[in-house]
Amino acid sequence: MSRKIAQVFAVRGKDFLGGGRVSTEIKTMLRELGIAPEIVRRVAIATYEAEMNIVMYAEEATITVELTPQAVRVVAEDRGPGIPDIGLAMQEGFSTATPEMREMGFGAGMGLPNIKRNTDRLSITSTAGRGTRVEFALDIH
Amino acid sequence: MKCLRACPTQAVRVRNGKATLLRDRCIDCGECVRTCPNKAFIPRTSSFSDFTGFKYTIALPSPVFYSQFGKDVAPATILNALKLVGFDDAFDVTCASEAVSIAIEEYLSTYDTPRPLISPFCPAIVRLVQIMYPSLLDNLIPIESPMEIAAREAKRLKMQELGLREDEIGAIYLAPCPAKMIALKNPPRKKHSFLDGVIPISQIYPNVLRVLGAAEAAEPRPDVRGLGLGWPILGGQVACLKAEERIAIAGLTDVMRVFHEIENGKLKDIHYIECHSCPTACVGGTLTVENPYIARGRVLRMVERYGAEPCQDRQKIKELVRKNYFALVGTIAPSPAPPLDEDIARAIRKMHRRNQMYETLPKIDCGACGAPTCMAFAADVVKGDADADQCVFLVMKTFEGMTKNLMDAVGKHKKRLQGTSPRGDHDA
Repeated sequence: MSRKIAQVFAVRGKDFLGGGRVSTEIKTMLRELGIAPEIVRRVAIATYEAEMNIVMYAEEATITVELTPQAVRVVAEDRGPGIPDIGLAMQEGFSTATPEMREMGFGAGMGLPNIKRNTDRLSITSTAGRGTRVEFALDIH
Repeated sequence: MKCLRACPTQAVRVRNGKATLLRDRCIDCGECVRTCPNKAFIPRTSSFSDFTGFKYTIALPSPVFYSQFGKDVAPATILNALKLVGFDDAFDVTCASEAVSIAIEEYLSTYDTPRPLISPFCPAIVRLVQIMYPSLLDNLIPIESPMEIAAREAKRLKMQELGLREDEIGAIYLAPCPAKMIALKNPPRKKHSFLDGVIPISQIYPNVLRVLGAAEAAEPRPDVRGLGLGWPILGGQVACLKAEERIAIAGLTDVMRVFHEIENGKLKDIHYIECHSCPTACVGGTLTVENPYIARGRVLRMVERYGAEPCQDRQKIKELVRKNYFALVGTIAPSPAPPLDEDIARAIRKMHRRNQMYETLPKIDCGACGAPTCMAFAADVVKGDADADQCVFLVMKTFEGMTKNLMDAVGKHKKRLQGTSPRGDHDA
């Protein structure tokens, strides 16, 4: 049988009520697999940031989590406005959040930097007007 | 079966008609005790006779105890009554609660540790963190509980006054819930406790009720005062703290939701969270007698009446804080719920098998198999802790299959009989 396990979750844009569900489910899954709490916490934070970016900006997306005995890999792929300047978006404090989003405690411009801080590898590709693909991974050992 | 669904950590399994607890998942919250219509869960308790070995006994009632009697029974009277039912003395715990509140404030203003800090005074919350949220252990504020501080202080005073050794004095806590009882018997960390035993409030209640009249007539003691009286209700702890962003949460569903958010990196601007596992905080403990809402009303009344004047000297407490008087002894270690397998590669294979198994189940979480959900049942089967034929739906499917095969066979046989003999006759 496979040495890899993967699960795909769908996320809808503007779904603030359901936001955070995927990161919670991934957390539960990793805990059941016996992954160290510190790794689980970092995956949860990074996934949550990716998930809330989708909720705030994109139309719809899938988040795929994939685990091998060596690493956790998460891919968030959305259909949405895309990120015109990824370098700028990676700067702490840079945000395009609306006042409503800020009202809800989001949009501090820490989303992508926070993903970077909590993961071992991160790659972002985006096409303006089409969508964004965020992929990150954490080593287990 | 009600307990299956009530358990927030899925620790209950019904096997051979009997409910059992998986100790490595149980957080002692008492929800099963609360919901079981047959009273199948009976927390192990102590009684008076267990404490005859001590030369001197002191009762330390949980602040909840003061809310269990008539609306105007003063805490001081209740302490007097405890002396009349057989303890050598009774010692108020709420004054220690006030001291601990000051210690929390000092801690918040001194240390820059990860926020939000979480109150560790509900033992079920501490176990919840150990088992389900081990990454939040550093958020538990490392301060001793009021009951422990009060017991230490009570013993110190009595040793001085009576010239006794510490082990000659028995300090007995009157507890509102099984969590506090179990926490003293199996502490989450190895350490010396100044408490020697626990008696449930529900057990001592009738004895105390009987002597309340006599207690009122006895020599009066000074009033119990201070905001510590409010500790057993939701918001009682944070009401004692000045400034700082602080919130109070009760009930495990809400507590778990907030813990998920903290794990996701949220709520960093909150400094302190008062957490209770019982939905109505400590006055709703399963070993109490009074309706928790009535009890809450009484606590509010007591705070109004006796709360304004502090019982502690703030400067003196601050000095004690500097001497680490309130520091938690020992560390609380993680004890995560067991994974599907200790080896990750094997755990992955088991998760595949569990997910396949889950797809064959009805997914209605009926509980007839004795597990709380179809997913938990599938995991139990994969781990070898349950058999697939415990699921009535799977058994029905098997029977359906068997019946269909049988009926098909009978049908074929009939056809063959019909097809051969009569027509054969005809042809001949």
